[in-house]
Amino acid sequence: MHLILDIAWTHIAGRGRQTIVAMVGVAVGVGFSIAMAALMQGGQDDFVRQLVDTMPHVEVSDEQRSARRQPAEDVFEVAAISGLRPRDDRRGIINPTAAQSWLEEWIPGRFAARLNAEGVIRYSGREVGAVVIGIDPEREASVSPIVEDFREGSFDALTAGGNNVVIGDTMASRLGAGLGDTITAVSSEGLTRNFKIVGLFHTGTTARDEGEAYVLQKNAQILSNRPNAINRISIKLDDPNAAPTIARRVEAELGYKAVAWQEANESILEALVVRNIIMYTVVAAIMLVAGFGIFNIISTITHEKARDIAIMKSLGFSEADMRRLFVLEGLAIGAAGSLLGWALGFSITYALSLVHFEIAATGQEMTRLPIAWSMLHYLIATASAVGSAAVAGYLPARRAAHLNPVDIIRGAT
Amino acid sequence: MTSLIETTDLTRILHETVPVTLVRNVTLSIGEREFVAVTGPSGSGKSSLLYLLGLLDRPTAGTISVRGRDAEPMSERERAATRLANIGFVFQFHFLLPEFTARQNVEIPMRKLARLTRAEMRERATALLSSLGLEDHLHKRPDQLSGGQRQRVAVARALANDPPLILADEPTGSLDSKSSEQVFAILEALVNERGKTVVAVTHDLDMAARMHRRIHLVDGRISEEEGAKPGL
Repeated sequence: MHLILDIAWTHIAGRGRQTIVAMVGVAVGVGFSIAMAALMQGGQDDFVRQLVDTMPHVEVSDEQRSARRQPAEDVFEVAAISGLRPRDDRRGIINPTAAQSWLEEWIPGRFAARLNAEGVIRYSGREVGAVVIGIDPEREASVSPIVEDFREGSFDALTAGGNNVVIGDTMASRLGAGLGDTITAVSSEGLTRNFKIVGLFHTGTTARDEGEAYVLQKNAQILSNRPNAINRISIKLDDPNAAPTIARRVEAELGYKAVAWQEANESILEALVVRNIIMYTVVAAIMLVAGFGIFNIISTITHEKARDIAIMKSLGFSEADMRRLFVLEGLAIGAAGSLLGWALGFSITYALSLVHFEIAATGQEMTRLPIAWSMLHYLIATASAVGSAAVAGYLPARRAAHLNPVDIIRGAT
Repeated sequence: MTSLIETTDLTRILHETVPVTLVRNVTLSIGEREFVAVTGPSGSGKSSLLYLLGLLDRPTAGTISVRGRDAEPMSERERAATRLANIGFVFQFHFLLPEFTARQNVEIPMRKLARLTRAEMRERATALLSSLGLEDHLHKRPDQLSGGQRQRVAVARALANDPPLILADEPTGSLDSKSSEQVFAILEALVNERGKTVVAVTHDLDMAARMHRRIHLVDGRISEEEGAKPGL
């Protein structure tokens, strides 16, 4: 093998400029693949992290994915039922304390029960449609990052008791209300209740900032005339990736719809997959182009070295030796180009990580491009570069191996 | 005398638009320590016969056996291995690998065979080149050597693995008379002093006359054979 390496080296070194061009081709491909993967993976990780941080990992609601089995279906072999509606619109999770205890028994994580009630918030003649969310502040803080999103007041102020409310800052500005003002909440049942604003939050999600109001669970139950009811259980898991499995079991056991964060964001996650496919297709295309460079140089070498191939065969080298020799040359160019590409990729990624920019929407945050530093990107880029180099080397190598030495010797003499 | 290489009804037809018969029903036996000239006009099949004897080409019909082993069922890899250990080639043009020095060129077959250590290979290559008067040219590449010197390096390379059979295809064809004489003397010494068998294709009838045995080909057939096999 050492001999084959020596011969391969003389061939490659003998075509310095062409070899360098082919290596640079591979290096550029590998380098940009690494940088692109780092940027795209970083963006994806950042996005998913935000999803995982801000959303409950599993949310159990009092809805059901499909209607319960109807008695008619048990009696008749063929029964078609359509247009089923709940008998009572005032749904809620039945026996919520037992359900919550059961969940807490086997799921590693944190839990918060809620009562979401549709309603309207009024203040000095203005009205805004809102979801009045009844919570246990302590438990809610353990599953939701909203505690950190307060512009004025705080989430803790709810704990003090009384008829207090925290609302989004956009809702407050639409109502013209501020901290300490008293607003009126009207439920869909027509009940009203006054609440004092003790906190204004800004999550950055418009729908939440202008449409959510948090009150104590008891107050929400009174407002919606549903004593002791809850209709949501939010679960923050110790392992967010276990959400789909846990959601499936919860739904199967409790009978209520349990949505994992992955399901809730399925279309977004699918879009990320599509984005990754596009990215790796581009990477593959770059590598293909780099592969043509390698193919070109190995083809040229095998063409120019036809006589040497005949000599080596006459000396006792086999076809397999010849194949190995030229594939090795392709691999050597691919590997050397990949190493250069690592340096290039690292440099580009590092340069991207230094880019600062200001988000115009908030006008106050300095942020950086999200970058993921992963050895996997280097390995994937290298594997595809070396793979294309092997194919690019193999095709001319196979042809070289099949050359008939007698034809070449006759041609030379 | 032991037969080193034997052929029976050896035929090689080149299947082109019009089939061309290069070698036709050649039956011969070449023993150890023979110095054989293969002569004949251009296109008579001399080189083709040599390539067949060296297992570089496959016959269309007939058999070849090297040291009693039939080459027909051998795989390409086995034929290569047989060449490596048993046959040394010297061509009309030196056919040295241009990127390697004289000594490295001689070391290549040894490195491929891998029977010796690197130090032993270096020592043997140096000794072979020195015995051919090239001790001052060990580290020169082929383009730094004269035609005669290159051909002597090619002879040294053919001897690298100490094969019993040397096949030479017009080894002096591209050399001046002085160099030709030197190379011929070396080939003669291989037979007389080192006990090798040399089969050389040549146009030079004077040179052929100085060899032990002459096989004359016309149109791919042996038309005449003269000279005695040593020991007979």
